[in-house]
Amino acid sequence: MFKPTTGFDQLAESVKKYTSEYSSKIAGVPAEMIVKAAELWGPAPTSFLMHARGIEHHTEGVDNCMAAINLVVATGRIGREGCGYAMITGQGNGQGGREQGQKCDQLPGSRDISNPEHRKYIAGVWGVEEKSIPQKGLSAIPLVEAIHAGKIKGLISICFNPVVSLPDANFVREALERLEFFTCIDFFLSETARYADVVLAGSLMEEDEGTTTNVEGRVIRHRKAVTPPAEAREDWKIICEIAGRLGYAEKFSYPSPKEMFEELRIASKGGVSDYYGMTWERLDESNGLFWPCPEVGHPGTPRLYENGKFGHPDGRAHFIPVEWRPSDEMPDEEYPVILTTGRVVSQFLSGTQTRRIGALVDQTSQPFCEIHPRLADKYGIADGDFVKVESRRGNVVVHAKVVKTIRPDTVFVPYHWPLDRSANNCTNRAIDPVSNIPEFKICAVRLSKVEQPTDAIAKLEVQAGGVR
Amino acid sequence: MSDAAFFIDYSRCIGCEACVNACGECDTHRGTSMIHLETIERRDSVQTAPQICMHCEDPICAQVCPADAIKKTPDGVVQSSLKPRCIGCSNCVLSCPFGVPKYMSGIDQMMKCDMCYDRGSVGKQPMCATVCPSGALTYTSMEEIQRTRQGIPVNSWKFGAEEVKTKVYVMVPREVTKVDIGLVQIQTTPSVLQMDPYDVALMLEGME
Repeated sequence: MFKPTTGFDQLAESVKKYTSEYSSKIAGVPAEMIVKAAELWGPAPTSFLMHARGIEHHTEGVDNCMAAINLVVATGRIGREGCGYAMITGQGNGQGGREQGQKCDQLPGSRDISNPEHRKYIAGVWGVEEKSIPQKGLSAIPLVEAIHAGKIKGLISICFNPVVSLPDANFVREALERLEFFTCIDFFLSETARYADVVLAGSLMEEDEGTTTNVEGRVIRHRKAVTPPAEAREDWKIICEIAGRLGYAEKFSYPSPKEMFEELRIASKGGVSDYYGMTWERLDESNGLFWPCPEVGHPGTPRLYENGKFGHPDGRAHFIPVEWRPSDEMPDEEYPVILTTGRVVSQFLSGTQTRRIGALVDQTSQPFCEIHPRLADKYGIADGDFVKVESRRGNVVVHAKVVKTIRPDTVFVPYHWPLDRSANNCTNRAIDPVSNIPEFKICAVRLSKVEQPTDAIAKLEVQAGGVR
Repeated sequence: MSDAAFFIDYSRCIGCEACVNACGECDTHRGTSMIHLETIERRDSVQTAPQICMHCEDPICAQVCPADAIKKTPDGVVQSSLKPRCIGCSNCVLSCPFGVPKYMSGIDQMMKCDMCYDRGSVGKQPMCATVCPSGALTYTSMEEIQRTRQGIPVNSWKFGAEEVKTKVYVMVPREVTKVDIGLVQIQTTPSVLQMDPYDVALMLEGME
């Protein structure tokens, strides 16, 4: 047993009932396959467990991750060469954003916005009163729900296309229509920007400079390749000007991203994701530096938890037992099929960039519905037929891709497209109670074969959701 | 990296077409990619496979060329056809066991991957290997590939009775020493094929 841990006995007790037979019924895969996976994992001298949204986009997403971490720690495959655990983020700088206070419950350095000491430190860095820092805000789904309920009346968004990227798209559209004032900063006129009162032309990553942090906790300098066209501006310049017009120009008087990074170094100092030792020059010279990097002379920390010291106050890794529970919406007689959503390799997020790039549009110009031949036969659906995938919340009409590579009880529709071609018309707004991540990966739908749509939306360019 | 070689690891390909698009941006054949991204029947598999020219030691395309338009450099790179010689007969297109040469009707000439000879001659890697995000296409040393991969590199092929040796290596399981088409690649017998071991529905119904 891996030594620097607590709670193993409780964990061992909690997993007793999850025999391969019982787990087989939950997971819907043969018990022999689970045993085979265990036989591959168990004796391996090294292993690295990585996952992306697949196990996270569930109402039990945090529990799924905890179970994976329990397995990694129980086998001692962490804190040494060839071993580790990582969740691959969905956005290019998903990691950097979440560790430097981009989320509504955080402050820089992976600090907690509700922790009085953390608030005091950051207030000092920013030269503001501690009480002027707001308390925990709302994450994406509760935010949209608060807008829908009329509790939030104004919104400013940056590079956010919830009409495509959030679940239950009809609800999201209703919410955006209820906003009294909406400002949108984006580099292209996204489907969401069409709801805005004011659209401010922002910039692409290639039109600005800064840093990005990848899944390893490696901070990398990225450089400006082109200048924003016409009157488009770097996003930070827009934010600083808005702050100036609100009367806080002196707090937002950065000449360039380098000065912002200097502030970030200090703000993150002493935090979990400590960037203090990373100077702009060091980042320029190196192929990236890993946090924590607490001093300028510090080499950075490419691998966490070496020497068996973990982040809890007792220095140990804590096993957290988890229990299985069903997803929010399971299939029934009326909606008998599971819809799972996800991505295709040629499109990025809500497609605001990639639906405008010819080669990528050529590669995957339309969403589709992957369906197993057995399920397709049941509905008389042939490859290329148009299918209406319909949940209690909405529907999407896409062409069928009949494949043997998917479970016969599940269909898959990628989510990058808008309007009538949006998989998120169907998905469920239910969220994980801890992380608030929505359950994109499971909802109940019914299927029917339909004629190729010929309505106004179908006649749009393919990038905008047309079906030519 | 003069001791470097080109390695293809089909199992790592995610079908993103970064190689295809990067190849197409090259100044020497602007807009036309020399890489084929092969897709297996999507109904049966998600496998995709990038195919660059394998640069055979004794290139069949050159052997069958009636105009002697396809030349191999001393360092083993098989070039595109020579414009003044190529008669557009497409013998090479039909004879290549890897399906690499393309007949371009617009210019009435065969064109193919020359492993970025222009870039290689100034010490740069082939473009496709620099953009591949998953290491399916890799230009590196033999030691490095053996140190970092589970499979092993091979460059011996058997197509029926035809034996071929290539400059480019492919990564295969450790027990394989030669890619013998029809046996190793399909890796199954006709009776197993009928059972369709890659059908997820059958997989879920239980294993032997």
